[in-house]
Amino acid sequence: MTPAISVTGLTRRYRGELALNDVTLELEPDSITGLLGRNGAGKTTLLRIIAGHEFPSEGTVSLLGASPVESETALRQMVFVREDQTYPDIKVRQAVQVASWFYPNWNHDLAGALLAEFNLPLNRKVKKLSRGMRSAVGIVIGLAARAEVTLFDEPYAGLDPMARQLFYDRLLADYAEHPRTILLSTHLIDEAAGLFERVVVLDRGQIVLNSDADDLRGAATSVSGPAIAVAEFTAGRSVWNRRRIASQASAVVAGALDETDRARAAALHLSLEPLTLQQVVVQAAGAPADSQQERTSA
Amino acid sequence: MRDMAGLEEGAPLFVQVAERLADEIADGGLLEGEQVPSSNELAAYYRINPATAAKGINMLTDEGLLEKRRGIGMFVAAGAQARLLGERRKRFAERYVEPLIAEASRLGINSDELVTLIREGSTKL
Repeated sequence: MTPAISVTGLTRRYRGELALNDVTLELEPDSITGLLGRNGAGKTTLLRIIAGHEFPSEGTVSLLGASPVESETALRQMVFVREDQTYPDIKVRQAVQVASWFYPNWNHDLAGALLAEFNLPLNRKVKKLSRGMRSAVGIVIGLAARAEVTLFDEPYAGLDPMARQLFYDRLLADYAEHPRTILLSTHLIDEAAGLFERVVVLDRGQIVLNSDADDLRGAATSVSGPAIAVAEFTAGRSVWNRRRIASQASAVVAGALDETDRARAAALHLSLEPLTLQQVVVQAAGAPADSQQERTSA
Repeated sequence: MRDMAGLEEGAPLFVQVAERLADEIADGGLLEGEQVPSSNELAAYYRINPATAAKGINMLTDEGLLEKRRGIGMFVAAGAQARLLGERRKRFAERYVEPLIAEASRLGINSDELVTLIREGSTKL
């Protein structure tokens, strides 16, 4: 199967700063991928290059088997919703109409339903809308375009939690009926985690994690209890994070635990808490490079 | 945290979807021969990716607990409930009795006292 998005050896330099450093990534058609990472990790740069809004310093991009800057067909099958998207001096109705002319798979019924659900005033100038409402316009266009490749870059600036829930629910419902390739960058990992089939984590311009989302849930376990017992249990294991207060300690051990491990932890009076997807991502992307992993030996 | 109808983030979601369906079959909420919800319906209910929901259904199909009827959907296989209840009985000791004994010994409750407590508890039910 031809990947929907394929980037190879992508590097982007800004005045000597490496925004992207040799990024190689393939996304299968009809999947939802979360693009995660800290501010400045390179998420927006990667999305802009995939969308053809920016050129890489090195490397190649293929969007639906074509170059995004050379193929109009590919561009019409791609929608890119940016954080704080700006619009010309037009009304909501016109912004949606222009988008409907551009995208061949545009669905008017879906657009109409979403405009109503987000309570968007059709005759107001987009520029006069609140930040959240302007984000909602981008979301309506991004979903109603039903483009084969749908890129969302932090699409919900200023949106309240109810409106974000509406976005997640409508995205899932429409994706279920009309599968396509969706790449969504977000800081709100906990909120959006259930949507993702795959997760890609960028850190300082490099991919540090590219995994099936479900494989990360419970892929590490927080072990806590008496410090001596924690030390005994974690000996010889790969440990990500250690904390200690008085005689109590906690450590995060990588890898799944089996029945024997659990029984041993119970005998040592330790409590085990599996890490969530968000916690695993934070471990992968959050720690300073030199202290990311510590190996202890027995 | 988003409301995923009780699914937890600390374990693979597809396994939890499969467990929920298996529990429903074991408890008789889904009868043998009855159609189970589609992956899209499960995805909408739990607010998860449809592929994740489909993986949960496939897990039960591989175990022979669900069967596909071409063009219609997935159905609870014959004998599924009895099999699930049999597996639960097998796991009863390790899941409930062993932790019970471990906690009792931690609290200094000896086995005679434990048996008495269980007898007293079951008369109340």
